[in-house]
Amino acid sequence: MKKVLPVLVLAAIGMLLVLTVAEMPTFGDGQAPAHRGVMDKYLRDSAQDTGAINTIAAIILDYRAYDTLGEATVLFVAVLAVSAALYQGEHHA
Amino acid sequence: MWLFWQFRRLCTKVNTMHDMVLEVVNRLLLPFIQLFGMYILFHGHLSPGGGFSGGAVIGASLILYSLTFRFARVKHRLDHDTSVFFEAAGALIYVAIGFVGLFFGYNFLTNRGVFPLGVPGQLWSSGMILIITLALGAKVSGTILSLFQELLEGGSDEHGNP
Repeated sequence: MKKVLPVLVLAAIGMLLVLTVAEMPTFGDGQAPAHRGVMDKYLRDSAQDTGAINTIAAIILDYRAYDTLGEATVLFVAVLAVSAALYQGEHHA
Repeated sequence: MWLFWQFRRLCTKVNTMHDMVLEVVNRLLLPFIQLFGMYILFHGHLSPGGGFSGGAVIGASLILYSLTFRFARVKHRLDHDTSVFFEAAGALIYVAIGFVGLFFGYNFLTNRGVFPLGVPGQLWSSGMILIITLALGAKVSGTILSLFQELLEGGSDEHGNP
């Protein structure tokens, strides 16, 4: 009985994700938002906007720095999970 | 689980092993590996590379160091608290850089208008990107090293005995 609620929540989240995938543009679609302007803007303006000549660094650390912050948090959580899994109690540590 | 115990056995073996060839070769190699990692970090905004890859190289060199020179013996120089400190400091610097933008009235993690951008192509340019790359390097190397130390120390007491 206890497991019903997590299963329901997970099913709801999974449903949401599947619906999101269905809304995504098809692979290689020329009219996808990623291909309508933002790519040209990155290539044209990234040096003036960020001062970095490496466009990839400009994208992941300036335009999408918030995303990279989340990525760093994933690493943090990974270490936390390993610590928790290997913790053996006060008298052993 | 079986893999984990094999790893623990290997690490216990390494902890008591003493190999002169390994030590001499690593004494020569480690500075160059770490210099290469630093190069990747500092040129993250100029050439391929950046915080994650440079941090991985430096973290791997630190793992090599503690494997070669017996972890229990060099523990006072490279203990778990140090790696956790670098990891937490990297994350903290990242978030603090984001709040600098808020402080000057821009969005969270704003670069242009808050930090001096410099001339594109020079080493000291690109404002916060360079700072965040260094912070990410500290964070990633600390993460790799502390994962390694966590697996090594998992079931042992504070003196490194299994």
